[in-house]
Amino acid sequence: MTDDQSSRRVSRRELVRRGALGLAGVAAASQALRAAERGLPASVSPHGAHEPGNAVGRGRVGDASIDPTVFLEQFDGGEISRDPRGRIVREFHLTAVDRDIEVAPGVFYPAWTYNGQVPGPTLRATEGDLVRVHFRNGGTHAHTIHFHGIHAARMDGVFEVVHPGDSFVYEFEAKPFGLHLYHCHAVPLKKHIAKGLYGTFLVDPRTPRPEAREMVMVLNGFDTNFDGENEVYAVNTVPFAYHHEPIVVRRGELQRIYMVNLLEFDLINSMHLHGNFFHVYRTGTKLTADEFTDTLMFCQGERHILEFVYEDLGRFMFHAHQSEFAELGWMGLFNVVDRAIA
Amino acid sequence: MRRIPTPFWALLPIVLLAALGVTLVRGGLLDVLRGGAPPVEELTFERVTLAPGLIRVELVNGGPDAVTVAQVMVDEAFWTFTSSGSTTIGRLGRTTLEIPYPWVEHEAHAVTVLTSTGLTFTHEIAVARATPIPDARYFGVFTLIGLYVGVIPVAIGLLWYPLLRRIERRWLHFVLALTAGLLIFLGVDALHEALEAAERVAGAYQGVLLVLVGAGGAVLLLQAAAGMRVGAEGAAGRRAVAWLIALGIGLHNLGEGLAIGAAYAVGEASLGAFLIVGFMVHNSTEGLGIVAPVASDRPGLVTLAGLGALAGLPTIAGAWLGGLAYSATLATLFLSVGAGAIAQVVVALYRVVARETRGRPVWTPLTAGGLLTGLLVMYGTGLLVAG
Repeated sequence: MTDDQSSRRVSRRELVRRGALGLAGVAAASQALRAAERGLPASVSPHGAHEPGNAVGRGRVGDASIDPTVFLEQFDGGEISRDPRGRIVREFHLTAVDRDIEVAPGVFYPAWTYNGQVPGPTLRATEGDLVRVHFRNGGTHAHTIHFHGIHAARMDGVFEVVHPGDSFVYEFEAKPFGLHLYHCHAVPLKKHIAKGLYGTFLVDPRTPRPEAREMVMVLNGFDTNFDGENEVYAVNTVPFAYHHEPIVVRRGELQRIYMVNLLEFDLINSMHLHGNFFHVYRTGTKLTADEFTDTLMFCQGERHILEFVYEDLGRFMFHAHQSEFAELGWMGLFNVVDRAIA
Repeated sequence: MRRIPTPFWALLPIVLLAALGVTLVRGGLLDVLRGGAPPVEELTFERVTLAPGLIRVELVNGGPDAVTVAQVMVDEAFWTFTSSGSTTIGRLGRTTLEIPYPWVEHEAHAVTVLTSTGLTFTHEIAVARATPIPDARYFGVFTLIGLYVGVIPVAIGLLWYPLLRRIERRWLHFVLALTAGLLIFLGVDALHEALEAAERVAGAYQGVLLVLVGAGGAVLLLQAAAGMRVGAEGAAGRRAVAWLIALGIGLHNLGEGLAIGAAYAVGEASLGAFLIVGFMVHNSTEGLGIVAPVASDRPGLVTLAGLGALAGLPTIAGAWLGGLAYSATLATLFLSVGAGAIAQVVVALYRVVARETRGRPVWTPLTAGGLLTGLLVMYGTGLLVAG
């Protein structure tokens, strides 16, 4: 938005005002003006420390369609059965639903969701499993589910558009192992993703990763005024969720984050961890770490597995290193404690 | 028909309208007419002031529906805030938000209000500076500004009075026409400024139509109030015109003071010695305009001082008001009232000359030349002020 004060040409009234101020400054008023200027207190005030936070908005989100604390550690393995060849079959049910969700305290966004939640449920399988996803479109627009992975063309969720009221069954083998995602691929693509149709699709290796405390973090945001820019940024939909309720971490325990970037409009996103470094498994497709860092960049659709251990107690921040995203909601805390998590 | 009392016929349509309105709202018909369209939200930043570590924002809802302020962002960061009233602002309602923000002096900041439906309204603070606190010193500064802008130039202009007494009648007509030229210049300026301010008025207050009401109202009120006296023959009529001119210029200067006070309050200042001189020349012409009609009479010193005060002092009042409670709505109203008053004065001035020429043409080379000279003088001295 433009500033009407500065962009306007110089009007006569402004000239008059300048003249007046000139007079005031030069004439007897100058004394008073100088005094007034001295009297103006400097605009210095305690720049808000993050606690007590002025910089986290006002109030709390009530109905974001998910509870970020629960969602963080919730994995859906589907209904398990075996096919004639003895292979594990995992069946999932996803329904597209239109739903208003609270994306910042008191701010409601008309979202398109899978199963009424943004992000959609975190689907988990092991490499080689047969995955069967029963999709029903209960929304008002045509949708699909496009899974990242290796599968047949007609299971790709691009051309087989599912109209409102219709259903489709996606079936494919879970491969390769790694951290993947799923999202709607109906056009206009940007709109369908930005509205909330996305989730995490995790494929574990046949040889399990080491025992760890596991978390899912979907980096997302919301363009509440539909101007093609996000007003709100978050991890798992709710801005500042893990700032208000820090994630409790046990000292010395291996922490594993499945971090998926589904932010629209902004080309890149990032993750920065305080007071620690983490191992990066890019796209999670290898069992050996690619990198050891404290700041990691994510392009749109990019995802990585992060592993770290805290050896010190206390509260440690994690946030996007795009400061703007951080102060618009993508910010949280780990609270490292000694005791077992209650 | 004849037995029904007259007031019944006056009230019947009003009662029917009210009944229809109630039916519409109560009967759910409104929802049908709206067709499920989403609410229209409109918020106007009426006034934004800065104190150390604090941004204060006065919001007006000029739209048709209630608006709920959910969040506030400053420079693309969510920030906490308090609201003087409910954060749900009804139509034409207002609230003041206080945002504890460590703003930086002389830098630009943007305040964005995020409503419950996700819409955003942004105000940019071009140059951040603490808003002066209204104390005795503050009033003193504004009084000085008003004196220099309004009172002193007008008083200096009044000193032309002895000269005007000695010149021939046809040259006096030249000066009266010149006065009309000055006034027309000021009137157009006021109207222009009023229309500009109108663009910043909250939608429901209908800025441009407010200009019409303000200007039209001033013309009609002055016409009705002063019409009889202005119509009087001789000295009484001329004196009435002088008072009218002083009033018109005073109203104009009130608007001028308002703008100056507001500019000072938000910290827009630019100094220049050349501007000061230009300003003195520019505004002293207003004094000339006031005394011209009564030049052939013998007004007392008290009368002259009164005329000068009426024309000049409103600048001080305007500066106070502008500094303390500037709003685009108020500015629009005052400026348009000033424009209307001046229009009425120009008409009165024409009648003075017309009466004295007694049937002979009003427009002679001298009067036409006078009018043009008036416009040119204002334009020329305006150039001096133009920085």
